[in-house]
Amino acid sequence: MIAVLALFRRDLAIAWGAGAGPAAPIGFFLGTVALVPLTMDAQRASLLESLRNVGIPVIWIAAALAAFMILERLFQADLEEGGLEQMLLSPAPLEALVLAKALALWIAVGLPLAAAAAPAAIMLQIPAASAPLVSIAVAVGMLAFIGAGLVGAAAAAGIKRAGVLIALVSAPFFAPPALFGAAACEAAAQGLGLGTPAFQLLCGIAVLAAALGPIAAAAALRLQAE
Amino acid sequence: MKLIVENLALERGGRRVLAGLSFEARAGEFIDVRGRNGAGKTSLLRALAGWLRPAEGRIRFEGEFEPATSMHVLGHRDGVKSGISLIAHVRYWAGLFGADPAGSEAALERVGLARIAKLPARVLSAGQSRRLALSRLIVAPRPIWLLDEPLASLDEAGRTMVAELAAEHLKSGIVVAAGHDPLGVPPASVVTL
Amino acid sequence: MIAGMANPQRFLEFSGWALPVAGVAALALFAVGLPWGLHYSPPDYQQGEMVRVMYVHVPAAWWSMGIYAFMAGASFVSLVWRHALADVAARAAAPIGATYAALCLATGSLWGAPTWGTWWVWDARLTSMLVLFLTYLGYLALTFAIEDAERGARIAGVLCLAGAVNLPIVHFSVEWWSTLHQPSSFIRSGGSALHPAMLGPLMTMAGAYAAAFAALLFANMRAEIFRRRALAAQRARARAA
Repeated sequence: MIAVLALFRRDLAIAWGAGAGPAAPIGFFLGTVALVPLTMDAQRASLLESLRNVGIPVIWIAAALAAFMILERLFQADLEEGGLEQMLLSPAPLEALVLAKALALWIAVGLPLAAAAAPAAIMLQIPAASAPLVSIAVAVGMLAFIGAGLVGAAAAAGIKRAGVLIALVSAPFFAPPALFGAAACEAAAQGLGLGTPAFQLLCGIAVLAAALGPIAAAAALRLQAE
Repeated sequence: MKLIVENLALERGGRRVLAGLSFEARAGEFIDVRGRNGAGKTSLLRALAGWLRPAEGRIRFEGEFEPATSMHVLGHRDGVKSGISLIAHVRYWAGLFGADPAGSEAALERVGLARIAKLPARVLSAGQSRRLALSRLIVAPRPIWLLDEPLASLDEAGRTMVAELAAEHLKSGIVVAAGHDPLGVPPASVVTL
Repeated sequence: MIAGMANPQRFLEFSGWALPVAGVAALALFAVGLPWGLHYSPPDYQQGEMVRVMYVHVPAAWWSMGIYAFMAGASFVSLVWRHALADVAARAAAPIGATYAALCLATGSLWGAPTWGTWWVWDARLTSMLVLFLTYLGYLALTFAIEDAERGARIAGVLCLAGAVNLPIVHFSVEWWSTLHQPSSFIRSGGSALHPAMLGPLMTMAGAYAAAFAALLFANMRAEIFRRRALAAQRARARAA
């Protein structure tokens, strides 16, 4: 437990502080969102109408792309620098250490990105009252994305410039959370709140991904260390 | 406490790197592993750590301890993160290996890095980074040390320090070290690959 | 037989005669099944001649899923027992499975255009098949990207097993999603409504696909074994130099 906490604290510090911290993925997320209206008919009424139709899908696609991006470095640095080998010598099971890394990434990057989803939602003409609910759903969704992407990130960790590969490998695992997340936001935008089956299923898939992802990722990492 | 290697054969990438290797190490013994590049020194140490499965033969441990959490491995890669401070590294390792982080400052002192404890690791030279890696052997006492070219990139003072640390450890522990230079402590046996 | 397969040499001996047998069986079954299905079987009372796509499409769908299950089983064996040939088998099956999945998607689209009036619908079956195809692509890309073939195959095995858990989840979530707003309105094909006269050619084609899979699998596995041997010989030479 002490070992898991030690790794959690260290990864939190790294994810928050290294490079631009959460700013780069958030910038990427907002940049992707901002490109969408520019690809549409600029006539005011038609633009707002189109955005109302695609706003929620755009937020979820941008969040999924940002998740691909942040997963790339999660294990790569540890593998290259020898940190993974030290993790294998810990009394804590590798699965628990991987979970700690995933949760640290979620808190340091996933949650700030979810906060940025609220202004993005408003810009995309989603009713302002439901924007905070969109943020909450994206927060849960980021946990599901990170959990579901762990196995791909661990499997591709030894490969240089693995970004595209991680996206390809993880895309099938992102389908259920993206689908439930967007459905939960759609229901929230219609004024149904977050008590909907879609949001419950999103939470379920997030828990499942956070539970199973570390097991599969740890298996792949052990093979990486061989 | 005893480490026993019996008729060990190892494979890397479908190729046999060593075969028919047997040796023993008791508490207080230093095993000096010798061999040219590609002879399988690193593979042997990785197998002892339990990361590489033997293709043939086996590796046994006798005594009351859990092998996986009784070892330190000092490899080619130091496991150092550029963005965090030296003292944070040592505290992290103490936690990761289930040891008391209170000894972190003393461990940094021992490897001669106490004065720059708060600096981020990115400013370290290769030799200093290696010293920092050595501090985890001190902060979390473990009976078996597996050292892969421990003297690489260390200066004369650093090499003396490693010899001292190894001599101290050999009062009760086991050291298996692979390298091209003498470690500075008398080996109990020399294993040539 | 499975235990005997652990030895690559014995597999080479076995596949030495099994490969031509499976190949000839595949050719014979296609020679019977294709004309039977595409010409001599009766047209459907609703879909007319278009139903003939089924004989190409449905076995591709079945076996693309079957091959993934085979890969998951082989990956499991490879990871748990370190079976020397299991990871070769899983790796060798992947391109065949991907091809079947692509064939299923393409023929499904051709079939859908005249019968549903659209090339593509996002229902649970089509979406799951698309995700299966993507899973195959991800697996293949990963094995190509990892340089050490044996380690790559094992790591990809972990991904394959994770995919086997993911695919049913995808199927059920898409099913849930597609029934959320729209009633399931398109025509169901195949299943219990199948006319008995269509069963013969369909089963012949399914057998043909299976035999083709076996033949291609053996050929791929042999190629992979020889490739690894060639690499080992090159390494040995480099070492001796």
